Amino acid sequence: MTKRKLKTGNVILTILFAVISLFFLLPLIWMLSAASKTEQDVWTFPIQWIPEHWNFINNFKTVWMGDISFGLFYLNSIKIAVISTLATIVISAMAGYALSKLNFKGRGMVFTLMLAFMMIPEQATLVPRYIMIKELGLYDSHAALILMGMFSSYFTFLLRQFMVGIHNDLLEAAELDGAGFLRIFWSVVLPLSQPILATVGIIKFIWTWNDYQGPLIMLNSTKLYTIPLGMQFFKEEFGTQISVMMMASVAAIVPLLVLFLALQKQVIEGIAIGGVKG
Amino acid sequence: MSEQAMIQKTAEAPPKIFWTRKKREQLAGWLFIAPEVIGMLVIAVFPLVFSLVLSLTEWNLVGGLSAIHFIGLDNYINLFHDNRFIQGLKNNVLFTVGTVPLTMLLGVVFSAVIHKKLYAKAYFKVAFFVPYICSTVAIAAVWQALYHPSKGPFNQLLMQIGISDPPRWLVDTSYSLIAIMIIYVWQLLGYQIIIFLAGMTNIPEELYEAATIDGANGIQQFRRITMPLLGPTTFFLAITSTISSFKIFDMIKFLTDGGPNYSSTVIVYQIYEEGFEHFKMGYASAMSWVLFLIIMLVTSITWITQNRKVHY
Repeated sequence: MTKRKLKTGNVILTILFAVISLFFLLPLIWMLSAASKTEQDVWTFPIQWIPEHWNFINNFKTVWMGDISFGLFYLNSIKIAVISTLATIVISAMAGYALSKLNFKGRGMVFTLMLAFMMIPEQATLVPRYIMIKELGLYDSHAALILMGMFSSYFTFLLRQFMVGIHNDLLEAAELDGAGFLRIFWSVVLPLSQPILATVGIIKFIWTWNDYQGPLIMLNSTKLYTIPLGMQFFKEEFGTQISVMMMASVAAIVPLLVLFLALQKQVIEGIAIGGVKG
Repeated sequence: MSEQAMIQKTAEAPPKIFWTRKKREQLAGWLFIAPEVIGMLVIAVFPLVFSLVLSLTEWNLVGGLSAIHFIGLDNYINLFHDNRFIQGLKNNVLFTVGTVPLTMLLGVVFSAVIHKKLYAKAYFKVAFFVPYICSTVAIAAVWQALYHPSKGPFNQLLMQIGISDPPRWLVDTSYSLIAIMIIYVWQLLGYQIIIFLAGMTNIPEELYEAATIDGANGIQQFRRITMPLLGPTTFFLAITSTISSFKIFDMIKFLTDGGPNYSSTVIVYQIYEEGFEHFKMGYASAMSWVLFLIIMLVTSITWITQNRKVHY
C-alpha cells in the first residue's frame, strides 16, 4: 500500500459529514441542554444551548431523589438485565456446543427447528404468554420477565456458528486427558468462545435494558418498574415539566451510552455479524 | 499367569461396556440442547399454537379457562370489518414504504462515503449508531418535546421562516404517522450503516484499484462495484427492516396511543389495545395470527429467492 496523503476532497467531505453528524445528534444535545435548565427557559427561541439559569441539580433531585425515583428503576433494570443475560449466555452456549461439537441423533433436525423458531415474532405471542404467566402465578413479578428473556434461538445460532470454528484437536486432546463433555464445555469451549460470549452478552444486555413491551404487559406495581416503564411513569407524573422529563431521558440513556462507548467494538461487531451472516 | 498373558487379557476382552462413548455423546448432546429446546417450546411454539386456538374463541379472561367458548372463524371475519384494524394494517404498509427504502438509501450512501472517503471512520460509525442503542422510549420523550405544536423548536423554526400554520405533528391526524416515521428513520439509520459497512469491508480492495487504473471515478465505482457486490447485504436488510417495521409498537404506545383518532395505529398496537385494554383475548389472538402470517409471507420470500440471490 502506498502511504496515504491527505486528499483535499476527502478532508472537505470529512468536515461536511462532521457537521451532518452534529445535526444528527442535535436531539440528544437538546435533551442534555433542556435537562439542565429551568422550565421557563426550555422553550426560549432561538434555543439557549448553554443554559442561562442552571437548574441541573434541582431536576436531578426530582428524578433521582423523589418518592418514586430512578434509583429504584435502575435496581430493577439491572437485576433483570443481568440475570437474563447470564441465563441466556449459559443456555445458548450449551445449545451451541451441542449443535456444533456433539454428535447425536436428531441434531440436524434440532438445528432446523432452531432456525424456524427464530421466525416466530414475539409480538404475535403476547396474548398467550401473558395468559401463561398469569396461570403460573408469575404476573407482576421480575421472574416473569426473566423467564421470557432466557431463551434465544438467535443467540444460540450465533454461538453455534462461532463454535463450529473451534478445532476438534483441542477437544480430543482434552478428552484424552480424561475430561468428560461437561468438563470440555466448561474448560475448553467456553474459554475459547470468549469474544463471541462478550458480544452476545452486551447485545442481549442492551436489548433487555431497553425492552418496553415485555414489562408493560407483565408488570403492574410501580415498585417493580424497569427504566422504560419508569419513563412512562414520569410522563404521567411530570409530562408537562419538560426539563424533568429530559432529565429522566438523560437518566435512561447516558449510563448505557457510556457502556456502549466503552465496549463499542464488541457492540458494533455483534450487530454486524448478526447482519452479515443473517 | 505371565505378564504377557495379563496384558493380552486386558487388551483382548474389555468387559462388555454398555455405556459406550457413542452413547454418552448421544446423551450429552440431548442434555446440552435440552434447556434451549424446552424453553423455546414453552415460550414460543406453545404460545403460537395456543394463540391459534384462542383466535377461534371468545374469551375475556373472566371465569378462567373453562369460560372459553368457540366461535369458529368469527374473529377473523370481524377483523376485516374492523375499521381500526384495517387502518392499522394500512398504516403498517405506509410505515414500511415510507421508512425502509429511505433508511436503506441513506444507509448505503452514508456508509459508502464513510468507507471510501472519510477520515476518523470510527467516530462516524459511533456517532450515527448512538440513537440505535438508546432506549426507544427515552428518545421518544425527547422528540415529543421537539414536536411540541406551539413551543417546540421545530415549529418555532418553521414559524420563523414564514410558515404561519405548521403541522401539529404528533397531535395532528395527518402528520402523526409521519412524525413517528421521522423518529424511526433517525433511530435506525446507524444500524443500516453498520450492516452496509460490514458488507463493504468484504469487497476486495483490488477491484477498486483495478477500476481506478481503468479510469473509473468514485461514482462509477460505487455503481459498478459496490452496489452489485452488496446485493446479498441489501437483500438481507430489506427483508429484516420490513419485518421489524411491521413490529413497531414502542414509539406508538408511548407517544400517541395510536391516535389522534387512530391515525397512527398499527397492528401490534391494535393487538395491545384489544388484548390488554379491552381483554378480548380471542380477538387479539386472531390479529396476532394475521401479523404472524404477514411476517411468514415476507420471510418465505427470502427462502424462495435465496437460491436465485445475486451472487457475483
